[in-house]
Amino acid sequence: MAKVIQRPKLTLAEMLYLPAILGGLLITVRHFFDTLLGRKKVTMRYPEERWDNHLPDYYRGAPALVKDEHGRERCVACQLCEFICPPRAIRIIPEEIPSNDPWAKVEKRPKEFEINMIRCIYCGLCQEVCPEQAIFLKKDYSFVGYSRQDMIHNKEKLYELGGTMTGLVHKWNEKK
Amino acid sequence: MSAIAPSAALASSPTTEIPLINIQIDGQWMQFPKGTRLIEACKKAGKFIPHYCYHPKLSSPGNCRMCLVEIGTPKLGPDRKPLLDSEGHPLIAWNPRPAISCATEISEGLAVRTDSPLVRECRNAVMEFLLINHPLDCPICDQAGECRLQEFSVEFGKGESRFLEEKVKKPKQVDIGRHIILDDERCILCSRCIRFMQEIAKEDVLGFVKRGSYTTLTVYPGKRLDNNYSLNTVDICPVGALTSKDFRFKMRVWFLKETKSIDVNCGTGCNILIGSRENTIYRITPRENDFVNSCWMPDSHRLNFHYLMREDRLKSPKVNGLDTTWKSAISEASHLLSSHPSSKIAILASARSTLEELFLIKLIIELLGIQQHDILPRPQSGDGFLIAPDGNPNTNGARLTGVAANPPGAQLEKIVTAIRNGSVSGLLSLGEDPTKIGLTDQELQKLNFLIVLDILPNRSTAAATIVLPACGFAEKRGSMINLYGRLQRLNKAISPPGNARDDWEIYRDLLFSLNSPSTTTPRTFEELWKLMAAKLPPLAGLNFGKIGDLGFQLDLPWLEHKGPPPHSAPAPIPPKMPQNGNKSP
Repeated sequence: MAKVIQRPKLTLAEMLYLPAILGGLLITVRHFFDTLLGRKKVTMRYPEERWDNHLPDYYRGAPALVKDEHGRERCVACQLCEFICPPRAIRIIPEEIPSNDPWAKVEKRPKEFEINMIRCIYCGLCQEVCPEQAIFLKKDYSFVGYSRQDMIHNKEKLYELGGTMTGLVHKWNEKK
Repeated sequence: MSAIAPSAALASSPTTEIPLINIQIDGQWMQFPKGTRLIEACKKAGKFIPHYCYHPKLSSPGNCRMCLVEIGTPKLGPDRKPLLDSEGHPLIAWNPRPAISCATEISEGLAVRTDSPLVRECRNAVMEFLLINHPLDCPICDQAGECRLQEFSVEFGKGESRFLEEKVKKPKQVDIGRHIILDDERCILCSRCIRFMQEIAKEDVLGFVKRGSYTTLTVYPGKRLDNNYSLNTVDICPVGALTSKDFRFKMRVWFLKETKSIDVNCGTGCNILIGSRENTIYRITPRENDFVNSCWMPDSHRLNFHYLMREDRLKSPKVNGLDTTWKSAISEASHLLSSHPSSKIAILASARSTLEELFLIKLIIELLGIQQHDILPRPQSGDGFLIAPDGNPNTNGARLTGVAANPPGAQLEKIVTAIRNGSVSGLLSLGEDPTKIGLTDQELQKLNFLIVLDILPNRSTAAATIVLPACGFAEKRGSMINLYGRLQRLNKAISPPGNARDDWEIYRDLLFSLNSPSTTTPRTFEELWKLMAAKLPPLAGLNFGKIGDLGFQLDLPWLEHKGPPPHSAPAPIPPKMPQNGNKSP
């Protein structure tokens, strides 16, 4: 059943448009003078001022690898993040942990772990899929470089960004 | 599937028909040959029954209990005859106790429910038991992604554990053989590997010790799992207990692209899957083909692929030691070939080339009228199972195309003598190293020209006038004829490095450059096959697509043994039943 909608009847002023345009201009001019005279502030003076301290908990910045309070690198190179990553920004080369390492029983770790920050879309799927609580999206968002190679975070850089995280599940302890 | 091929089953005599038996699967009456295992009958009926210990090519010990189903037998009337329903089918008396379908042979009137509430409950409980002591190390386990325990846990498991106690600890990272690492905690005690070593590899080295809660798989004291078929135990291990040292921690299986191809290390031509990711091969696993290799392949062959990823692969065509373009290399080669009398040119071809390549080499031979051509034969002792007594994968192809002398290798001595006394001054070495037929570096230097087509540098590429970089077995498509006359396909898994080109394209361009008539020179792979099917009688009516994944048996007049290799396809071993009478001779 078709629904019939009655068009609103416009007054002469509305049909002329001009009063509405003038009204809009008036608002713009008021904002212009408010900002000019410093009565109102709309923008932030980046980079001197930053949002860093106001970022919400759920903010998704750059992905980074973390170590736990035992100093163990939590990543075991299962490559699930590499698999899930929609823009294919992650590259992992796994290796076996040598038998003289205190964490030799974990058997596997990343030899190389690279995240291409030109490709990364900060979606957070890597953090979500990680079965080892090893990769987290931190609050860092500003990355610059002079070349494409500069924008690839290697394992060292990722651990530097991630640092140590406490309060995580320890499934590789003695009981396992 | 497996019942079609094995020689033992067919060899008996074509007149003895295996009687068909009526069974009911989930309410449907069907017929299967006598002697079929219930689990196979259900599989053929499209009802997959989960299983761990059962393997179609091994005996059924029935120890994992995953394949439990509900079975029933015909209800008997007072006259001891089955009671029939309105459609003439027997009425079923259902057995209250489930039975394992892997060790049950079908019998007349047998009925089975593969998905009843009781069966589902059984599977759920078996899964829970199997997972009680299984470690949760899927993130580091190489089997993850192709693990039966993972798959069935998702499909039939309960998704959580009620087990709060401590898991049993067993040895981990045990080095039990040259190629194999064992993790006993992951083992679900299916005994497939033990049975493989006993029944197929015939070297009894694996067994269970400490029977009970602490049952542990291990090698017998003083023995190691060093058999040349040991990696097949890794393939059939349903979990990650047995892992290959060569593939361990290299790449997760879900990244691997699997390309169907064949093994080129000997005349058997085992069917394989090439697992590759982004132009790197990570592993090779056998592919089931009852006409050739059943489900198995030798370790030495499956591990022989690393040379394709070598850094020093030939990557650019060279003329007089300098890199050049394909165009100039080909025109230089055709200039050298056409400016020499054909009686002064010899061709050393390779029976490791594909049939297509050998056919094009034959076209070159015919076009130039070259008299002296042969292949390098590689006789070897073989192992009586899957390593054939011929190290060349395509000797029959070389014979069929006529590139090889009869018998293959008969002309080699003549060629060597002719080069030594100077009556041959130009040599084409296509995929072989001429130093292997006894020519020295000096003798190669003395030649007017030496054209070498290969994939890796060797002594002859150093001495060559023209080097043509070609493709390895995983980098091209083509076909080969195994020692028993089976035509099988190679498929392209990865791209060749640098400027290396597909061999058949090199030969084609050379043919065109030699002014071969365009009517008889194929431009595309399809045209090549059309020409081959027309020129070689055993290939009549065939094309590359028709060969199929399992190959095509050719009738080659010189073959003594046609069909499956003598030992490779063991007949399926009937379930261990006390009344079992049909023992194979």
